[in-house]
Amino acid sequence: MTTFQLNGQSVSVEVAADTPLLWVLRDHLQLTGTKFGCGAGLCGACTVLIDGQAGRSCTLPVVEIEGRSVTTIEGLGGDHPVQQAWVEGSVAQCGYCQTGQILGVVSLLGQNPHPDDAAIKTALSGNICRCGAYQDIIRAVHVAAGRMPPQAAEHDKEETV
Amino acid sequence: MKLSRRGFLIGAGLVGGGLVIGFRLKGSAPVPGVREGSFQPNAYLQITPDDNVIFQMARAEMGQGVYHGMTTIIAEELDIDPARVEVELAGVHPGFALAMGQLTGGSMSVAMGWEPLRNAGALARALLVAAAASRWGVDRDRVETEDGVVSNRNTGEKLRYGDLVEDARAMDPDVDFVLKDPADFRWIGREAPRIDGYLKSTGKAIFGMDVSLPGLKTAVVLRPPQFGGQVRSWNADTVRELPGVIQAFEIHTGIAIVADSYWEARQAAGNTHVEWDKGPLAGLDSEKIRKELLQGLEAPEPHEVVDEGDTATAFAGARQLLDAVYMAPFLPHSTMEPQNATALVRGESCEMWVPSQAPDMTRAVVAFFTGLRQEAITIHSTLLGGGFGRRGYVDFAGEAAVIAQKIPDVPIKVIWSREDDMQHDYYRPASCHGIKGALDADGRLVAWEHRVVSSSIFKGLAPNMAMTALPAFVPSRMAESIGRSAGDLIDQWDPMTSEGAHIPYAVPNIKVSQVLSEQGIPVGFWRSVGNSHTAFVAESFMDEMAHAALADPVKFRRTYLTDKPRHLAVLNLAVEKSGWGNAPPGRYQGVAVHECFRSFVAMVVEVTVSGSDYAVERVVAAVDCGLAVNPNIVRAQVESSIVYGLTAAIKDPITIEDGAVRQSNFHDAPVLRINEAPRMEVYIVDSVEAPTGIGEPGLPPLAPALANALFAATGQRLRELPLRLA
Ligand code: FES
Ligand code: FES
Repeated sequence: MTTFQLNGQSVSVEVAADTPLLWVLRDHLQLTGTKFGCGAGLCGACTVLIDGQAGRSCTLPVVEIEGRSVTTIEGLGGDHPVQQAWVEGSVAQCGYCQTGQILGVVSLLGQNPHPDDAAIKTALSGNICRCGAYQDIIRAVHVAAGRMPPQAAEHDKEETV
Repeated sequence: MKLSRRGFLIGAGLVGGGLVIGFRLKGSAPVPGVREGSFQPNAYLQITPDDNVIFQMARAEMGQGVYHGMTTIIAEELDIDPARVEVELAGVHPGFALAMGQLTGGSMSVAMGWEPLRNAGALARALLVAAAASRWGVDRDRVETEDGVVSNRNTGEKLRYGDLVEDARAMDPDVDFVLKDPADFRWIGREAPRIDGYLKSTGKAIFGMDVSLPGLKTAVVLRPPQFGGQVRSWNADTVRELPGVIQAFEIHTGIAIVADSYWEARQAAGNTHVEWDKGPLAGLDSEKIRKELLQGLEAPEPHEVVDEGDTATAFAGARQLLDAVYMAPFLPHSTMEPQNATALVRGESCEMWVPSQAPDMTRAVVAFFTGLRQEAITIHSTLLGGGFGRRGYVDFAGEAAVIAQKIPDVPIKVIWSREDDMQHDYYRPASCHGIKGALDADGRLVAWEHRVVSSSIFKGLAPNMAMTALPAFVPSRMAESIGRSAGDLIDQWDPMTSEGAHIPYAVPNIKVSQVLSEQGIPVGFWRSVGNSHTAFVAESFMDEMAHAALADPVKFRRTYLTDKPRHLAVLNLAVEKSGWGNAPPGRYQGVAVHECFRSFVAMVVEVTVSGSDYAVERVVAAVDCGLAVNPNIVRAQVESSIVYGLTAAIKDPITIEDGAVRQSNFHDAPVLRINEAPRMEVYIVDSVEAPTGIGEPGLPPLAPALANALFAATGQRLRELPLRLA
């Protein structure tokens, strides 16, 4: 049995210890916002926050998150500044990669509240968007950065320590 | 524009190939998703008494934006904010068919949907107005609408559309209706956030992969690595005992392993030891395919696609002749969402949830593989995590249905891994092109010959097309074989792989020919289809001709486009916005212009080069797709096409080894990442023409414009994709 914090709630799951967090979320906890893209840590579709930092859930055995805190797209609530910027900027095309992109950005802004283009590109270079929404992503990150309440950024920072 | 409903029915019937688009309510199967007590003026629209406006969106939303775009069109004429419309993804019904049945492809959704959707919205509005007028006892011209509200000009009284549902249901549907004057459009042509943006930014969007049903089990399929391979033997008894495994058995595509969850199914697949019969393609590799394609250049009797003037005489009298061979490789679609489908078979009926570009074809294919009647198969459409042509093939749905048929009453979701997806695609065909051009004594381009050698897309698709298009009383096995024969009949010609080769330039002698060379690798539509390679060849070679004529590539093109105003306009706009000829030091530019699916796109690409490395710094695109229904989506689609086209132009492609695809995941079949994306600028030509598509036309000019920029930078003419400098 593995117990961890998921979107602020404690959850316990009884699955084989090597089951990747991705499939625990999708198949056992019915949280389908976290996506399967490659299963090999190459595309970022499965990005979640682990203790506030972006990580790939497809290659992370669930036992390794025992006692840690996981945030998925469902945990952002829907009106997070990054999500708002995404909706207003029509960033999503097919949308399949976007939950991973958004969590990547939340993680980035937690560490660097005002990233420049180069910092955004570095932080998101592991998140493939096959629809090629890259330019809209960069634009929306700047919009979101300008709107993040300073406390929120601080809070995410604290979580990473 | 004033239309009576009766007149419209006749007109629309012609467009739909005999079907009355969106209006076929009486005398056919009920439209899926109808609410009791709602006002339903046509298959697309319903208005409920509690004032919900529901739009059955009958095209695949795969990122290209039809969810927003088609809703915008129908809502505009209904006169309600598109953001207030509840969109439902439609199932299969004849009332939803456009030119190619319900196939979403060819960048045709908005182009083909434009009239029927406007008409459907306008008719619904006219009925609501008529209903209000009779309730208030006033003339119809005393009633007006604004954003979902009907008002009485005499009294100022107002009613919501939902308040009129009862009255509107009782109206004679044969009313006259008037389309809006485009000058009065409130939503069409304006920038607005996509109405699917919230779903897609919160994890609430349901893709095929996300379908969940009580008791759902997951299946994975082990397919032979070699195309056409077969299972010889496998450790079935061991596999069936593995943790979580419910059943494991052979199906038409390989070995299906059904388990409680994906991870258990995948683990079991990893422990399945199969001996494969390699089948007929054993030993085939990319080198051999390349040789066969090159041989096609010598084939004695190609199919002639275009034959204008007399190229032979023109070549004989030419001052200068250029002759070149171009090559393009197999490419995967690599949709972000791997293929998947969910099926539930109960007795003789089947319910399916499929991310497909062709729900009607899905139904036909499922009927073929299960032997169930088409009418007993219900298709629920989901959102698609990318399509790009891949999901016009529905092999995954056939698998899900066949597996579910063996485990009745249990919903089964088939999930492909990325490796499955990469190795069992319907690839953009590899092709080889022989191209020749001639300049006369005055340096004028007087002759042009282009021969396309590739395998046929049409051949592979014909059986599915026949099964979908033929009436249901034709047994699907018979329809399948009719399609197969049709595919063989057209012999040397495949309109899909040779499209785009007919150059727009005013050259008196033009010949385009085609040779089909079949290697057995499954091929299919890939974003912009034939244009993806023909434009690379033709627009690169146009540059070669310009250099041979010692002319500026833009001026040279303009000379031959004087009677092509739309080509010329996008070319001029791209040239102006890019600062053609004035690139900053160290930067080099290349240009290309191409028409694809009735839209026109010109591009200027700017590169920097260091040694044999290069970087794409900036891409300026000018597009004419008629009236831009949603300008922000047009821009996004062109950027999307640039990024997709860049992957194709610079990244490693698919190669074949011993009859199988060598690559397996994004490490060896990489796609462009955010840190590699250039700065992109998209300019849209103002137009009052009816809209044409924009999901694909932005792709073809990218590769040639880049190749031309690399030539400008280095003098190296790269005639093979991907583009690698020596
Ligand atoms: S699914 Fe995890 S990185 Fe691709
Ligand atoms: S929006 Fe489709 S993959 Fe990113």
